[in-house]
Amino acid sequence: MAVNLKTLTHNEDLLSGGHRACAGCTGANILRQVMLTAGPDTVVGSATGCMEVVTTIFPYTAWKTSFIHSAFENAAATISGAETAYRALKKRGELPVEREKINFIAFGGDGGTYDIGLQSLSGAMERGHNMLYVCYDNEAYMNTGIQRSGATPLGAHTSTAPAGTVKQGKEQNRKDLTSIMVAHNIPYVAQTTPFHWKDLATKVEKALAVDGPAFLNVLMPCPVGWHFDTAIGQDLAREAVECNFWPLFEVENGVYTINKKPKEPTPVADWMKKQGRFKHVFKPGNEHLLEASQQFVDAQWEKLLKLEAMTNS
Amino acid sequence: MEQKLVALSGNEAVAYAFKQAHPHVASAFPITPQTEMMHKYAEFVANGETDTEIILVESEHSAMSAAVGSAAAGARTFTATSSAGFALMWEIVYITASLRLPICMALVNRALSGNINIHCDHSDSMGGRDAGWIQLFSENAQEAYDNAVMAWRIGEHKDVRLPVMVTYDGFIISHTADALRMLPDDVAYKFIGDYKPGYALLDVENPITVGPLDLTDYYFEHKADQIAAYAKAAEVVQSVSEEYGALTGRTYEFCEEYKLDDAEMVMVILGSSAGTAKDVIDEYRAKGVKVGLLKVRMFRPFPAAYIAEKLAGRKAVAVLDRSASFGGFGGPVFTEVRSAMYGRQVPVRGYIYGLGGRDFDLGQVAKVIEDLQKVAAGGKVEDVNLLGVRS
Ligand SMILES: Cc1ncc(C[n+]2csc(CCOP(=O)(O)OP(=O)(O)O)c2C)c(N)n1
Ligand code: SF4
Ligand SMILES: [Mg+2]
Repeated sequence: MAVNLKTLTHNEDLLSGGHRACAGCTGANILRQVMLTAGPDTVVGSATGCMEVVTTIFPYTAWKTSFIHSAFENAAATISGAETAYRALKKRGELPVEREKINFIAFGGDGGTYDIGLQSLSGAMERGHNMLYVCYDNEAYMNTGIQRSGATPLGAHTSTAPAGTVKQGKEQNRKDLTSIMVAHNIPYVAQTTPFHWKDLATKVEKALAVDGPAFLNVLMPCPVGWHFDTAIGQDLAREAVECNFWPLFEVENGVYTINKKPKEPTPVADWMKKQGRFKHVFKPGNEHLLEASQQFVDAQWEKLLKLEAMTNS
Repeated sequence: MEQKLVALSGNEAVAYAFKQAHPHVASAFPITPQTEMMHKYAEFVANGETDTEIILVESEHSAMSAAVGSAAAGARTFTATSSAGFALMWEIVYITASLRLPICMALVNRALSGNINIHCDHSDSMGGRDAGWIQLFSENAQEAYDNAVMAWRIGEHKDVRLPVMVTYDGFIISHTADALRMLPDDVAYKFIGDYKPGYALLDVENPITVGPLDLTDYYFEHKADQIAAYAKAAEVVQSVSEEYGALTGRTYEFCEEYKLDDAEMVMVILGSSAGTAKDVIDEYRAKGVKVGLLKVRMFRPFPAAYIAEKLAGRKAVAVLDRSASFGGFGGPVFTEVRSAMYGRQVPVRGYIYGLGGRDFDLGQVAKVIEDLQKVAAGGKVEDVNLLGVRS
C-alpha cells in the first residue's frame, strides 16, 4: 500500500481546529492523521479522556464525521454496536445513505484501553467486528490529573505514584497491551507514533482494509503529564522508537514485521532525561531504576526480534 | 382479528413480542432468570424466524453499551437482563435515557446481591428508577407480552424518545407457563410500525456528535428538557395503551383497579403479587370488608396525580414494596405514594415483603387487610412494616 503525502494532504481534514487540546499535545495529530486516511465515511467513537473532552465541548464539536462518546470503559463495545447496526440495516436495505463501506473507529486513551476498557475491547475483538480500535497511549490518566495507568513506565512520576522521599514513582513495568491484542488472533495489530506519519497512515489503511477487527497502539507524548517543552513532543515520539522503547511493528495474521530497526539504539536514559516525569530517576541512588528500565526495553526488543524471526520462518 | 391462545412462559412471551417488532440488533449477556428469554430469541435467529443481529457480549456493561452504539447508529435495539446484570449496566442505563435512545429492555426481576440470590424481588428495577427509563410492570405473561409490544411504540414516539423497561417477576412469571393471547405477527408489526430514528450515526452525510462534554453552561438545560419529556411520555403511554386496547380488547391504564370503586381500604402493589392479593380481597369482600386494589403498571414516569385521585377519600391505604430502600423511609413505592397523597388526609402505611423470592402468601395479604381495618378505625399501625419475615 502506498501512502503518499500529496494525496494525504489533499484529503479533507476531519478534525477541525479550535479544539481545546493543550499546546504541544500530540494527541490531536494522531486523531487528524488517522482521520485523513479513514475519510468522511467513518463513524468514530471515543472513550472518556483528554481527546474526547477537548474535541466535544458542547455546543462545539471538532468532529466532521459522525461521533459518539458514551463512557470511559466502553468505546469498543459502543462501536461494536454501531458496526452491528450497520450490518443489520444494510442486510435489510435500510441504511440512511448508501455507501460501499463505512469505517468504524474507536479511540481510547491508555486508561480507557489498557485498564478500565480492556474487557470491553477484548470482547469486541474476540467477536470479530469490522472495526479499528486506536489506543492513544500517553502513559497515564491525563484528563483527571496524571494518575498512573497500566501503561505508565517504571519510575515515572504521576499524581498517584509520585516520586517522594521513600518512593520513586511507578514501581512496576508497563503492561504489554499490544501483545495482549496479538493474542486475540485478530487480522491486524500494530504500533506506531504520530511522528512516523507515513507509517501511521499505512497502518490505518491496512487496518481498515482487513476483514475483521484491527488494533493500533499509538504512543502519544503529552507535555503536561511527561513534563517536557511543548516544542519537542514529536521528537520524543521519534526518539522513543530510536531507543527501542516503542518499536514500530505490525502483526498481520500472526506474522510480525518490525518496520524500523534502529542500527544503534540510543540509551533509553537519553529519552527519559528529556522528560520531567523521570527527573528523580537520575538522582544518585536511583541508578537501579535506570538499569531496570533499560533491561526491560532490551528484553522486550529481544522478544520482538524472536517473534519476528519465528513467525516469518 | 384472531389472537392465538398459547401457553408460554413469561420469558417466551416477551421473546415473541420483541421478535414481532422486527428489531435490527439485540445485545445481551446471560443471567438467571433472564437466560431463557435470550435462549428463545437465539433460537428464532438460528431458525431463520428473524434476522436480528445478536451481539453476544462479554458482560452486561457491554450489552448496554453496544445497545447504545446500535441505537445511536439508527437501529431498533433491545437488551434483556436481571439483578446483578442490571446493576453492572447502571452507568450506561442512565446514559441511554440521557441520549434519548428508545432501546427496549426486558428486566426479569431478581434480588440484588449480596448475599447472592436468584429469586424475585424488585430491587433491580427500583435501583434504576431514577435513571430515566419508562418502567412498565407486569402481573403475568399476558401483561409482559402486551407491555413488550407497546414498549416500542411508546419509546420511539417522536415526542418521547426514551428507553423502556418491561419488567416481570423472575421465575414467578418468567418461568411459569401461562395462557395468553398473541397478536398475529403482521398485526403486531403494523401496530408497532417502522423505526424512524431522529438522528443516526450511520447517516454519514449528516454527521452528528453524540454524548459531548456538557458543562455548567448547558447541562442543566438539557436535563430540564429531559425532565419535561416524562410528562409527554405518560400521555403517550396512555394513548398507545388505548389504541392497543381497541386492537386487542385488553385495556391498560397507568394502574389497574380491582374492586376499587367503593373500596374504603386499598392495597397498592406491583407485579405478580397482585394476583395473590386479588384472591384474598375476594375472601374479605365476601365477608363484607370493603377492600380493593390498585396495581401500578407504570412506575416511571410515576403517575402521582392519577394515583392520588384514585386513592383520595379512602379510609386507609397500604403500599406493598418488593424491595427495600436501605436507610430510607419505607420502600420506594411507599415513599412515592405517600408523597403523592400529601395533604389528602388519607393514612398510608408501607409493607416490605417478598425479598429474595420469599413467598408472598395469602396470610400476608390477610395481615395487611387486618391492619388496614385497624388503621381505618383509628388504630395504630407502624408507618413501615416487614411482612413474612421471621423475627
Ligand atoms: C467509570 C469512570 N471512572 C472514572 C472516570 C474518570 N476519568 C475520566 S477520564 C479518566 C482518565 C483517562 O485516561 P486515559 O484513558 O489514559 O486518557 P487521557 O485522559 O490520558 O487522554 C478518568 C480516570 C470516568 N469518567 N468514568
Ligand atoms: S493533558 Fe496531555 S494529553 Fe491531555 S490535552 Fe493536554 S497535552 Fe494532550
Ligand atoms: Mg492516558
